[in-house]
Amino acid sequence: MNGLFESLGLPEVIAGLMVVALNAYALTGGADFGGGVWDLLASGPRRDAQREQIAESLAPIWEANHVWLIVVVVVMFTGFPAAFEQIVIVLHIPLTLMLVGVVLRGSAFVFRSYGARTTVARARWGGVFSVASVVTPFTLGVTIGALASGEVGAAARAVEAGPVAFRQAFVAPWLGLFPITTGLLALVLFAFLAAVYLAYGAKDDELREIFRRRALASAGVVLLVALAALVLSYRAAPRIAQGVVGSSWALPLHVVTGIAAVIAIVALVKRRYGAARIAAALQVTFILWGWVLSQYPFIVPETSTIRDGAAPRETLSLLFIGLAVGTLLLAPSLRYLFRLFATPVAPEGNRAQRHRREQS
Amino acid sequence: MSDLLAARTQMALSLGFHIIFAEIGIAMPLLMVLAEWRWHRTGDETYLRLAKRWAKGSAVLFAVGAVSGTVLSFELGLLWPRFMKFAGPIIGIPFSLEGFAFFTEAIFLGVYLYGWNKISARAHMTAGVIVALSGAASAVFVVMVNAWMNTPTGVTVVGGEITELDPIAGMFNPSTFQQVLHMLIAAYAATALAVAGLHAAILRKKGDMVFHRRAMMLALAVGVPAAILQPISGDISARVVARWQPIKLASLEGHFETQAGAPLRIGGIPDADAGVTRYALEIPKGLSLLAFHDPNAVVIGLKKFSREYWPPLLPVHLAFQLMVGLGTMMALVSLWVAITYFRKRDIVLDRKLLLAIAIVTPFGFIATEAGWTVTEVGRQPWVVVGLVKTADAVTPMTGLVYPMALFTLLYIGLSAIVVVVMHSIIGEAT
Repeated sequence: MNGLFESLGLPEVIAGLMVVALNAYALTGGADFGGGVWDLLASGPRRDAQREQIAESLAPIWEANHVWLIVVVVVMFTGFPAAFEQIVIVLHIPLTLMLVGVVLRGSAFVFRSYGARTTVARARWGGVFSVASVVTPFTLGVTIGALASGEVGAAARAVEAGPVAFRQAFVAPWLGLFPITTGLLALVLFAFLAAVYLAYGAKDDELREIFRRRALASAGVVLLVALAALVLSYRAAPRIAQGVVGSSWALPLHVVTGIAAVIAIVALVKRRYGAARIAAALQVTFILWGWVLSQYPFIVPETSTIRDGAAPRETLSLLFIGLAVGTLLLAPSLRYLFRLFATPVAPEGNRAQRHRREQS
Repeated sequence: MSDLLAARTQMALSLGFHIIFAEIGIAMPLLMVLAEWRWHRTGDETYLRLAKRWAKGSAVLFAVGAVSGTVLSFELGLLWPRFMKFAGPIIGIPFSLEGFAFFTEAIFLGVYLYGWNKISARAHMTAGVIVALSGAASAVFVVMVNAWMNTPTGVTVVGGEITELDPIAGMFNPSTFQQVLHMLIAAYAATALAVAGLHAAILRKKGDMVFHRRAMMLALAVGVPAAILQPISGDISARVVARWQPIKLASLEGHFETQAGAPLRIGGIPDADAGVTRYALEIPKGLSLLAFHDPNAVVIGLKKFSREYWPPLLPVHLAFQLMVGLGTMMALVSLWVAITYFRKRDIVLDRKLLLAIAIVTPFGFIATEAGWTVTEVGRQPWVVVGLVKTADAVTPMTGLVYPMALFTLLYIGLSAIVVVVMHSIIGEAT
């Protein structure tokens, strides 16, 4: 930990801001995808009411939340072009699948809200929306797992050296038990987060109870999958395992992650939704930073570090100024957006449209 | 199909798909805000209905634009990792500014679309103005990147590596002003005339209806000046290209021999092997006059350059002719509208004029695709002119025909659905 602070310079600051953006994406955009998972799993007599609440809480904010992902990508190719190159070459396939998920989720969502006039059409777009909502978090988690395992770096080095078998270079690095487990972890974490947010924002007590039960159930699944990922990491990602278990900051970080998880569950049990929301967000945040710190100083273990893969100083300084000014402008705007839509609303015209549909 | 060709096809398809939604995302907020402003000024409820109807259609198109833009931000790396490794530190700066502009746009779009009943009228108008401004700002930053690829400045390259760089100088390269101007005007002209055309078609079919009359007149108020200004901006563009990218000018004109008093060719088929452009209508000294504002200026021909640096001549020449032809027709119809309006005649009652407006509906978008082809294909074989060749930038991954096929199917499907959805939304209004 001391070593980390001593070596903090501009590249580390930019890398840190990139992780902050990824963190923001997980807590906002990630939860939006988690909402899609609950749309897929909606069941019981109030199935449609669940879907409606999910759609109404998503509608005004999902496009803004989604931009965090673009910020992560842009900061990476601007600040750390060498690492970016290795990642996009080796992880072409999962990243492409993630993009297909992004496109289908977003467009199916608006087609369902605005275009679909019949119940059948609504159901069809709802189906596309919810399945795409599973694909994107899963493939995002897979890419993170592949990165952490060191396989991306190894494959990138092999590709650079000369022709490599397709499977070895572009499939094997991510199609393994560990990346698939981290893919599942991302999926259940986002679903958990979404369930907690939905319970917090529910319109009536019955819906609140439904999402509370789902939040509790998914908290249990998160625990199991996280443990599985940790166990698998001993073989698949020794650097992660070593960092997560062995280093000086490991124990305190585990303790706070554990505390956040326990608080989230206790708060859900006691129906303290405000506290549950904060604790769940902190839990996701701690898990994310645990991964990041364990592979520090590498962006792509073991081939590209923050320092030696960074862009020239001129670029990093401008990027820092841009990020600082941008954040100053964005923060109040985002605050305004979230306060405005703290309680879900129906899109203008949609209510009337639904009303008309029900009459006909 | 080779991997390089597959990658180029996928990139062209993704850009060609996104650019339409990007243009709509720039211009529609302006139309919505104008309608809302007219409602406040006149108290005419038709304008409020109009703003809401346009907002509804825009919500769908914005979403498709946002997700297809995300695809592009990844595809730059997925398909051209060597280009991004080289250029990331310089083009990343305008891209990050674009990121914040897009963020602002997305935030206030949410406020605008879903805030009708939640905030004051003034706050709602302000949100709309912010969306319109940040949409235009996004375009400025993205086009800066493209301009840099045409005329890269702010970098010193030794042995394929950048040794010195100045991202700010890169942003304000010689092509920036003309490309940004041309793209912004194109967005307003294409979108607003398309909207006007759709409403004109309904007016022709169903007779004078207040809703469609207001809609068409408002859209014309934006589209007509833009379409009339676009040829002037095109002239500025041509002169910048003539000075900084003579090979691109020569290829888009089908101009092989370096000569003083070069003719302007209308139509024609360039034959690279024979080194002539056949079947063209030649206007003596026209090209020298247009490119340098001097009928006797020397215009460099393609033969001055080694053939390996020629872009594909036929698509570039034809796309250029198409863009200029469509742009000219849009400008002529716009002049007709302006003259009719200033003679205080009712445009809605002039059925021939309504027909003309309805016919030009898709012209702006087709011209945009053609213009994009001119600047992108006309830059080949380079991805960054003089510095990085497209063939050297492509990813080492093989089998690129599969992602290309996947995105082709995806975008064809999405286009079809967007058409159906928009048709149903427009249909509701009548």
